[in-house]
Amino acid sequence: MADSTIARGFRRIGAGTINAISRAGFATRFFVAVLYHSPSALRRPQLTAREIYFSGVLSLVVIMVSGLFVGMVLGLQGYDALNKYGAGDSLGIFVGLSLVRELGPVVAGLLFASRAGSAVTAEIGLMKTTEQLTAMEMMAVDPLARIVAPRFWGGVMSMPLLAALFSVMGVFGAYIIGVRLIGVDSGVFWGNMQAGIDFWPDVTNGIIKSIVFGIAVSLIAVFEGYDANPTAEGVSSATTRTVVGGSLAILALDFVLTVFMFRGLGNG
Amino acid sequence: MNRATIDLWVGIFVTIGLGAIVFLALKVGNLTSIETKPTYRLEAKFDNIGGLKLRAPVKAAGVIVGRVESVRLDTKTYEAVVGLRIDNGYQFSKDTIAAILTSGLLGEVYIGLEAGGDPAMLADGGRITKTQSAVVLEKLISQFLFDKAASGPAK
Amino acid sequence: MVGVTFGYDPRRPVLRGIDMAIPRGKVVAIMGGSGCGKTTILRLIGGQLRQQSGEVRVGGQSVRDLSRDGLYALRRRIGMLFQFGALFTDMSVFENVAFPIREHTDLDEALIRDLVLMKLHAVGLRGAAQLAPSELSGGMARRVALARAIALDPMLVMYDEPFAGLDPISLGVVGQLIRTLNDALGITSVVVTHDVYESLKIVDYLYFVSEGRIISQGTPDEVRRSSDAFVRQFVEGMPDGPVAFHYPAVPYAEELALDGR
Repeated sequence: MADSTIARGFRRIGAGTINAISRAGFATRFFVAVLYHSPSALRRPQLTAREIYFSGVLSLVVIMVSGLFVGMVLGLQGYDALNKYGAGDSLGIFVGLSLVRELGPVVAGLLFASRAGSAVTAEIGLMKTTEQLTAMEMMAVDPLARIVAPRFWGGVMSMPLLAALFSVMGVFGAYIIGVRLIGVDSGVFWGNMQAGIDFWPDVTNGIIKSIVFGIAVSLIAVFEGYDANPTAEGVSSATTRTVVGGSLAILALDFVLTVFMFRGLGNG
Repeated sequence: MNRATIDLWVGIFVTIGLGAIVFLALKVGNLTSIETKPTYRLEAKFDNIGGLKLRAPVKAAGVIVGRVESVRLDTKTYEAVVGLRIDNGYQFSKDTIAAILTSGLLGEVYIGLEAGGDPAMLADGGRITKTQSAVVLEKLISQFLFDKAASGPAK
Repeated sequence: MVGVTFGYDPRRPVLRGIDMAIPRGKVVAIMGGSGCGKTTILRLIGGQLRQQSGEVRVGGQSVRDLSRDGLYALRRRIGMLFQFGALFTDMSVFENVAFPIREHTDLDEALIRDLVLMKLHAVGLRGAAQLAPSELSGGMARRVALARAIALDPMLVMYDEPFAGLDPISLGVVGQLIRTLNDALGITSVVVTHDVYESLKIVDYLYFVSEGRIISQGTPDEVRRSSDAFVRQFVEGMPDGPVAFHYPAVPYAEELALDGR
């Protein structure tokens, strides 16, 4: 009776939950340890600059091209929908708000998780597999300070910049479609946009979101790499977890942040 | 990958990234507008503010002279008290009329100021006494129907 | 090490009651089949793992009782050569060897450069200083890792399978280097390996480990003359003996259902 399928199923759920919780606990301790070692990493800007290069600069093309396309699609779809209510002139503000508040941070974050996040996880995982992390430990250099923390901060610093660039390219794409192609008046496009979007709260909340996403994705990326099974298969599943986990985290955090940030925008 | 190249690219990246943020702030948002100029505050009471929102524009002759800063309910008179933040460069007379208007039929709601002839000007913290509440569509329709009903049987 | 018992999972000890003494200035080999716990011994010495019972002492200090700073101080005096080199792939050969020096000392660049080149010269790879690890052959990578391990002139060097996967020439080279460096620098070396031939040529003492216990030990001559069944099987590479050929299984006939069921 104790070994019936149902009992076994429950036991597996129980074990899985305990496993997940202990992993979450380990992840939290890991996060605290990374923060603890951060000052020494930031005192050597060369290390962090290198990681900003690998996470940020190498993502530029993906981010900017995607931003352009997303903006163009927003322009097309947006105009189509707005025009039905005679509100074609609001295209600028529609595109601007969508990008700055939501699409910029979220889509850029998702792209970042896939490109830079998985790369970092793979790199750290591979270093673990080839015993480079152990070698460093045995040479009395803490890999958390030397390898992990710079990659974490490289990601955190790159994200807001990438999100902003995404939004800018998006606006530009919508401008090309809306003003050049469809014929919305340029002045109206920019004027309505400027009237409708405020630095505070729209742009700043977008920046805050991208920073939060950056922290989440970078943390997941370095953690999965550090915790990976030191085999080829282990590294591969770790990178998958980074992309999936990072993406889900972004979407979930986006919801939470949006509720907090934009709930009071009715009458006040 | 030598250090000089990395530093160069990181520098470029950070510069254009910050530039993008600045661009968003200025051209897409409106950082350079009224919030950074010196302003003073006026108050106005309305029976009904309709769809008026915070930060809605305050216009005189169609020109934006300020923003709606606060909205609250006076619990004694059950009137809406709206706080307006006006640019220092614009002064309004004490008999100015403040009306809640809509741009277009379904556009955004704003406050329009119509200056009067009083030589005395409103100061910081002053109260606009002449106000015109928002036109609430439902009341308009029921008024129309009522008039129709009243004039109907008479025919 | 005295009476050390250790297991990654405390219920399944990998090492049982190990007593091992490694004298200063000598080269000692730890031999045994794959997975018998040899690498674990190295990790216990280096403080990466903590034994469940028994003592591990290095230079008179108990490793388990060291504080974090004490542990790091200890590790600065220990060099370790990993199984496939474990060179940092994002740095050149020069940078790899310079790494421990840069991290632990404040020497200026000119001095570091000289030190690195000296270490590389000792392993015969001074000319390869600007190559990337991916451009090195296995043997060369192993030698660079050796140069890195001795970069800070440690008192103890541990070698994890230094001979694994090398061609005969490289084998000879690495073996020679281990011996000459040990004598020239006055360090102590612990070599974990299963290469009998090379070990017998260069070491002062050997320990044989099987299933978590020390089966046999002795000087190279004693080992060559040993009559212990395990040692004989190991040294002569016989397929069957104390270490069985067949993985435990149901009797053959029964498995194939040959007794007419």
